[in-house]
Amino acid sequence: MSELTKLTIAQARDKMAKGEFTAVELTEAHIQAMAAKRNLGAYIVETPDLAREQAKASDLRRQAGQAGALEGIPLGIKDLFCTKNVQTTAASRILEGFKPQYESTVSGKLLDAGSVMLGKLNLDEFAMGSSNMTSYYGKVTNPWKSKADPAKKLVPGGSSGGSAAAVAARIAMGATGTDTGGSIRQPAAFCGITGIKPTYGRCSRWGVVAFASSLDQAGPMARDVRDCAIMLGAMAGHDPKDSTSAPMAVPNFEAALTGDIRGLKVGIPKEYRPDGLSDEIQKVWEQGIEWLKAAGATPVEITLPHTKYALPTYYIVAPAEASSNLARYDGVRFGLRVEGSSLDDMYKKTRAAGFGSEVRRRIMIGTYVLSAGYYDAYYSKAQKVRRLIADDFKKAFETVDVILTPTAPSAAFGMDENTDDPVTMWLNDVFTIPTSLAGLPGLSLPAGLDAAGLPLGLQLIGRPFDEETVFKVAGVMESAAGFTATPEGV
Amino acid sequence: MIIQGDTGDWEIVIGLEVHAQVISNAKLFSGAATAFGAEPNDQVSFVDAGFPGMLPVINEKCVEQAVRTGLGLKAQINLTSVFARKNYFYADLPQGYQISQYDMPIVGEGTLLIDLPDGSTRAIGIERLHLEQDAGKSIHDMHPSKSYIDLNRSGVALMEIVSKPDMRSPEEAGAYLTKLRTILRYLGTCDGNMQEGSMRCDANVSVRPVGSTELRTRCEIKNVNSIRFVQQAIEYEARRHIDVYENGGEIKQETRLFDSVKGETRSMRSKEHAHDYRYFPDPDLLPLVVSQDLVDSIKATLPELPDEKKARFMAEYGLNAYDAGVMVAEKEAAEFFEGVAKGRDGKTAANWVMGDFFATMNSDAKYTWTNPPVSAENLGRMIDLIKDGTISTRLAKDVFIFMVESGKDPATIVEEKGLKQVTDTGAIEKAIDEVFAANPDKVAEVKAGKDKLMGWFVGQVMKATQGKANPGMLNELIAKKFKE
Repeated sequence: MSELTKLTIAQARDKMAKGEFTAVELTEAHIQAMAAKRNLGAYIVETPDLAREQAKASDLRRQAGQAGALEGIPLGIKDLFCTKNVQTTAASRILEGFKPQYESTVSGKLLDAGSVMLGKLNLDEFAMGSSNMTSYYGKVTNPWKSKADPAKKLVPGGSSGGSAAAVAARIAMGATGTDTGGSIRQPAAFCGITGIKPTYGRCSRWGVVAFASSLDQAGPMARDVRDCAIMLGAMAGHDPKDSTSAPMAVPNFEAALTGDIRGLKVGIPKEYRPDGLSDEIQKVWEQGIEWLKAAGATPVEITLPHTKYALPTYYIVAPAEASSNLARYDGVRFGLRVEGSSLDDMYKKTRAAGFGSEVRRRIMIGTYVLSAGYYDAYYSKAQKVRRLIADDFKKAFETVDVILTPTAPSAAFGMDENTDDPVTMWLNDVFTIPTSLAGLPGLSLPAGLDAAGLPLGLQLIGRPFDEETVFKVAGVMESAAGFTATPEGV
Repeated sequence: MIIQGDTGDWEIVIGLEVHAQVISNAKLFSGAATAFGAEPNDQVSFVDAGFPGMLPVINEKCVEQAVRTGLGLKAQINLTSVFARKNYFYADLPQGYQISQYDMPIVGEGTLLIDLPDGSTRAIGIERLHLEQDAGKSIHDMHPSKSYIDLNRSGVALMEIVSKPDMRSPEEAGAYLTKLRTILRYLGTCDGNMQEGSMRCDANVSVRPVGSTELRTRCEIKNVNSIRFVQQAIEYEARRHIDVYENGGEIKQETRLFDSVKGETRSMRSKEHAHDYRYFPDPDLLPLVVSQDLVDSIKATLPELPDEKKARFMAEYGLNAYDAGVMVAEKEAAEFFEGVAKGRDGKTAANWVMGDFFATMNSDAKYTWTNPPVSAENLGRMIDLIKDGTISTRLAKDVFIFMVESGKDPATIVEEKGLKQVTDTGAIEKAIDEVFAANPDKVAEVKAGKDKLMGWFVGQVMKATQGKANPGMLNELIAKKFKE
């Protein structure tokens, strides 16, 4: 394996600036690595030719003195982002062969910043899942192995499982993810990398295949906090094409990494210690608190009383929106069409063949909760509870600057686990969903390993549009944790 | 209108839902163009076609047009309104939902005054006005087994204007639609063209025994495309309801279609098969907030509306309610009338505009408001010539025809054609003497008391002067002659 793939984005950026190697060389190293690790199933489509072309153009820009913030950096793009002339599937059969004639705002901004696209990364179908087991294009394998059972294949988490696996396996320097209920943070935790779901409205949703519009948010996944800060700086910003995009200036996130968190108050929510939370998660959480204390911050116990309602609320709101957002996949204009004897028959056959079981389940739930007679009992009530959950955070942030919690209730599990009951699978997002419902920024970073040698993540939650404090605290924790473990073969 | 049934008298209860296409250059949520008559699928953006990842962005111009229309209907403007998704599957609905407004429309209750044939008016309540996207068009007759889809209309902004169930006859429904169209055209918010589909009407019809105040089950007749058809459909539907009730049946709530060839309505789908639209607030759009400042600034640019104009025409020009109503029905007609009437006798102006002018205007499709048969200026000058005695009203009819033919100024025509009225007593007397001399027997009859023949003499003398004799003077002089 080339040493070049082991670099962080910031390191590669600085070395290319000094002329130590070119974007073409860096990209080639990643193309080779990507090809060597196809067994992970991280990419749905590799675009080596396009990457080489972009790398060449990048080197020319650098020579011309026009280097962008991510000049020559090879990235993977989650296959939920529409990419011009490159197949975009949302990991669903229903979009097989769909090549958009447009580039999503976020992936377009990354290209404008000089980055190189290596390919389209696997995910749970339509970003629905926490294990990356629901993709029509195959499961993604977590590059980490359990010491206890090295033969066991582990899930990378989801829905951005391909992104997390690729970054961890060093077959992308960074990747885009999207997070609706934890889809950046949980896979980041499972794969021992860093990822941030920014504040809702920070990144444009234009050109991102919609799952749940009021929750979906794009964010970076990379190997450390600094790389996430660099990437988010390039991805974020107001987009007039997305009415929910915030008309706010993008701060210099990298500059927020001052290492100084003295005097900051860190909220520790008591509701995030459910019965049965593993000792190992508990331990790493307490360790995190100690690191922050040592750096001069003050832990404060807070209460987020409506936390227990977050999961049911999410599983009403998100499927409701999804049931409507996915109506456009009807076989009429693009993607899969299975002919039928009538229009309705074509719809039924196309959608039955095109959508996997988890997607169908959520469409059914969503259709049900929006139906006449059930709307008030479910959707309307869920919206009210969602407000209460947001108010919990608002109140907590009157006294604290940032909140620290575990990212997920366990380390990565086996591909054959948690598959019987969808609700068990949904519990994976119990710590990340409240943040999503409140629209707040949440970052996951690796904080240690469990007894089986698998990474565990901690989550930092910030005030709306205060990603800078989140990055600052994350930077301090990262230094304290000194997390250097890598998956086997890296 | 009261319908006499076998069991008694029945009253019709009518509410109308009008879909009015907003005049704007771009669609409600995309930048695609909206002009009528483009090649199929020529005016479609990725947003309109419901492509993955596409998002709606509200077109401010459409919002302003809705507010403008609300103000024109004297309605409540809701500063905060919400777009909702109306979910259903159809091949010409690319997103699988229509973005509409549900429980929080941009415009609330208002009033519309309808003008009835007897010159009276009646207030019809407006329930609401909301903004929504149009769907595309399915074309079923181009292929034996396939349907073709044209998405040019997909995403075009519509205002759905819902009346209260305040109308009681097909005539009132017709008057409502006519008046609504007039107001929309005055405001410039919809061209009101029902044939091109830029104004479409759904009618909700029920009946009840006269004297009853209950609201019985209604049927909705969808997408009727002319005012005449709306009236026919309502009448047919009301009689159908009465028949059903009088035969002991019940009316089922359902959606019906009007067949304009057969002149009847027929069932399209019953309530049991009604869609569950699963309305919910569109998470892609923030609540629509309009500032009071914007409302005030739109208010400041409202034109004089037909009701105000009618009142002014009655007060300022002395028109009766009926004439004033006719005159303001089209904005351009009202402007033309004012061009003629300004500084002149209003009634004379109205007579000419509603008489010879409208008749000529309607006689040939080449005449439009931008190309009228006679300019308002020339018609006004012609009236001046009548007033100052240069021409008689009778001669003016000829002058009018010459103006239509030549486009020339009336004074020039009078000059060229020698149409100047004869007011010289001597010349008229001479002509009378000649007629008397040629018809001694008739003179004798008149003198013997047959007054009716007086008119015959007037005509003969008029003829002898090629119609140029001043009619008043002529009458006076003939009467005098007989007394001699």
